Amino acid sequence: MKKQRAFEDFVHGIFLFLGLVTVGFVLLITVYLVIAGIPAIREIGILNFLFNIKWASTASEPSYGILPFILTSVYGTAGAIILGVPVGFLTSVYLAKLAPEKIRTVVSGAVSLLAGIPSVVYGLVGMMVLVPGIRRLFHIPDGASLFAAIIVLAIMILPSIINVSITALEAVPREYEDASLALGATPVETYFRVSVPAAKSGIAAAVVLGVGRAIGEAMAVMMVSGNAPNMPELFGSVRFLTTAVASEMSYSSGLQRQALFSIALVLFLFIMLINAALNFFLKRSKE
Amino acid sequence: MNEIIKVTDLNLWYGAAQALRHVNLNIPEKTITALIGPSGCGKSTFLKTLNRMNDLIPNVRISGEILYKGQDIFARDVDVNLLRKEIGMVFQKPNPFPMSVYDNIAYGPRTHGIKSRARLDDIVEQSLKDAAIWDEIKNRLKKNALGLSGGQQQRLCIARALAVEPQVLLMDEPTSALDPISTSKIEELCMQLKEKYTIITVTHNMQQAVRISDKTAFFLLGELVEFGDTEKIFSNPADKRTEDYITGRFG
Ligand SMILES: Nc1ncnc2c1ncn2[C@@H]1O[C@H](COP(=O)(O)OP(=O)(O)O)[C@@H](O)[C@H]1O
Ligand SMILES: [Mg+2]
Repeated sequence: MKKQRAFEDFVHGIFLFLGLVTVGFVLLITVYLVIAGIPAIREIGILNFLFNIKWASTASEPSYGILPFILTSVYGTAGAIILGVPVGFLTSVYLAKLAPEKIRTVVSGAVSLLAGIPSVVYGLVGMMVLVPGIRRLFHIPDGASLFAAIIVLAIMILPSIINVSITALEAVPREYEDASLALGATPVETYFRVSVPAAKSGIAAAVVLGVGRAIGEAMAVMMVSGNAPNMPELFGSVRFLTTAVASEMSYSSGLQRQALFSIALVLFLFIMLINAALNFFLKRSKE
Repeated sequence: MNEIIKVTDLNLWYGAAQALRHVNLNIPEKTITALIGPSGCGKSTFLKTLNRMNDLIPNVRISGEILYKGQDIFARDVDVNLLRKEIGMVFQKPNPFPMSVYDNIAYGPRTHGIKSRARLDDIVEQSLKDAAIWDEIKNRLKKNALGLSGGQQQRLCIARALAVEPQVLLMDEPTSALDPISTSKIEELCMQLKEKYTIITVTHNMQQAVRISDKTAFFLLGELVEFGDTEKIFSNPADKRTEDYITGRFG
């Protein structure tokens, strides 16, 4: 009897430890980012850092304003959401409720595959196909632009939006739908007036998850956005928060390097905010 | 008496399994018919055939004829959504939508094209009154319907069904999830509703069948064993199997 108990406690201990390892990493990253990110912000001045529109880290008189990056990240994410959410949402309604078994299998398979494609491949295809296409279509000197990044991001966030929305829609009790059909509503009417509203918190969570994916993506957008630290313009070359860190890290030093950490800290705060929103919606959808 | 529903030689299969066998019965208008029989004998299946909710289940095959007001409900040109508007349904487990009381009731009328706020207000009030729940919840029309008690939810579902002005009301064990007080409220309500509507209700409760129904149909293994006046069925059943069932010898 006693031995059994000791073994149970031991296993519990192991699981607790493993759980704490994860928590430990999160704490470590947070603490490190805060410590590494604060000095440059102090030196540059927080307002100057956040709202100055000029980033010239290697100039003889350097300027460290990251407003262009913040706005590019915000616009890029918003654009991806505006394009990706309607497509993803309607796809999820179709797959969860309307699609015949065969089509569902094929499309779901494609969605999983889309989720598994490494972001460098998205970047590569975007670079080879999308960028020249945009240049020709809109008659601009270079197709690498915010617009190209938005399209790539919109496609990249589709799988998360679709999968999370499907889960939410499938969790809607069948009884709600039956009640609607029994009142003489058509199936399509039923899905949009009963199932979707009943799943709205879950769908909101899907959108927020998409926002998180889009704002955190670096590799693919770096390859299609031109990477110049300009204030964002739809058809101009732009740099994101993520790519701002990635593109200078390898050769940076001194204050410039510290400022990159500060950018990472800002990005981290964005992600935290998005996560809080996500948790809020997920909790609501469970109730 | 006018017969609103006429069922002739109805058979139904779920895949290879036959769930209804040669069912024949005619339902008189503005009466309450109770469907009784042991679990799995096909009562719910029969009920769902009348408003064609079985259409939604894959691999269901049906033969035979059902006439609603003389019209074949399986005919190609029948609008199923209109049929379901005429033949409403109340489910075993109360299933209000997760929306306000008002929106629950207004859902059906809106579906059928009523947009005027004033008309919807009238319909909501009238339906809730008809379902004998208006006085209890008239002050919480904007509140979420899921906050009501089980008995209130079920009467709300009845009100929701009434709001599209059906002729027939199908009820599948509407009181089996409710406490005795809520149950007797719903029974009373059914007695009032039969002034205006034809009610077909499944029940496992023999006393309930006796209390509220005019006609009783006894099903066994997909067969309609006996159908007739409730009084007759419970006092002097023609079939030995009916007698065994109502005296509680099986089921
Ligand atoms: N969706 C379904 N698919 C396959 N078989 C079903 C389905 N619904 C009911 N059945 C079967 O049909 C028979 C009658 O079921 P049902 O009509 O629910 O009986 P009751 O309501 O009298 O308890 C049962 O044998 C049941 O297993
Ligand atoms: Mg049943």
